[in-house]
Amino acid sequence: MADRIGAISVRLGIGRDNYRIAPGLYALGEPGAASPVLVTCNFKLTVDLLRRELAGRALWLLVVETYGINVWCAAGKKSFSTEEIAGRVRAAGLEKVVTHRRLILPQLAAPGVAAQKLRKLCGFSGVFGPVRADDLPAFLDADMHAGPEMRNVEFKLAERLKVALVEVHGARKFMGWILAACFLLALLGPGGFSFAGIAGAGAGAFGVALAGFLTGVFIVPAFLRRIPVRAFAAKGLIAGALMGLLLAAILGRAWPEKTAALMACAAFASWFAMHYTGSTPFTSLSGVDREMRRYMPVQAVLIVFATMFWLAWAWWGDSVTRGL
Amino acid sequence: MKEFRHLENIVTLEYHPDKCVGCGACTTVCPHGVFNQENGKALLADRDGCMECGACALNCPTRAIVVRSGVGCAQAILYGWLSAIPFLRRLFVPDACCS
Repeated sequence: MADRIGAISVRLGIGRDNYRIAPGLYALGEPGAASPVLVTCNFKLTVDLLRRELAGRALWLLVVETYGINVWCAAGKKSFSTEEIAGRVRAAGLEKVVTHRRLILPQLAAPGVAAQKLRKLCGFSGVFGPVRADDLPAFLDADMHAGPEMRNVEFKLAERLKVALVEVHGARKFMGWILAACFLLALLGPGGFSFAGIAGAGAGAFGVALAGFLTGVFIVPAFLRRIPVRAFAAKGLIAGALMGLLLAAILGRAWPEKTAALMACAAFASWFAMHYTGSTPFTSLSGVDREMRRYMPVQAVLIVFATMFWLAWAWWGDSVTRGL
Repeated sequence: MKEFRHLENIVTLEYHPDKCVGCGACTTVCPHGVFNQENGKALLADRDGCMECGACALNCPTRAIVVRSGVGCAQAILYGWLSAIPFLRRLFVPDACCS
């Protein structure tokens, strides 16, 4: 249970830096000279997962230094690398511990690890294991063979929402700035002379931003396949506009304010849905680059217009609605 | 991944079958089944499924695969752009997600 709570809070970034394990050779069960050697990162959640999935088995775990980052991201950033593994093999004196010369590597380490170069560097050859730790027992029992079903990544609803928690942590500073900006704008409005006026207008504006944030971070990932466009920013625009319509219908007082809420909500949802690309296992650098160039101007225009509508209506209320 | 798809026709993945020796490393490491093995050679089966992680290119012994690899992460790309701007250079490090 304590580990569960730890797992949730570490995703939210609480105590994130304590989730590193000292690199080196670890024993699971009572391994001998013929036991397999598994290589993994030093993120505590990953090592916990391996211990759970491999309970009751005897094997060696070679933990490499990835600075507490998971296997895939560490491989992408090249801290989980061929040289790092070779260095840890030598430091642990692995050739004296086991008689075989084979390392089982996590498949998702492959962006950083060239298995064909390992043998020359440290005398051990690398075999890529399955993507998921829960397939490891089957992989070991099948004489280190992984079928296509063990080789492909999935992205189920529970996984999509779990990684969304990481986005909450990533967005905390940005949302802090948005909060400050909302109150600053409220200060410029006609209510700026009274504390209640600022608090009301600022909270209203931040509420819209927060709704956009929650839409981009949770609703878009939850309905990822249902929203019929490819670009994440576009998915966010659609979901955010729907959420904005709902907000406007419930809270809006007149059309300029409703339009402002709709545009701001769509812009924020689009921005955060776009950032969710970093949590998915299938977007490419080129693809995300393209959608950012295409949709960031749209987001910016929406925000500028939303702010203008909001301030204009706050100052000139009735004359705006009658005049246009 | 067949279930989730990002933009079509955009990845930088290049495959040169003439250099392939059929070792199967690309098929093994790819998490999206982009390559298949057929008649002793790799076959580029699903180019648009590629996420440019670079695993295949790195593990190819004959450099038959070329890809501009990187992470498909908006924050990393954004920080990359911001860190190229003179004043903001001090505030943003390129490639600064997941750290």
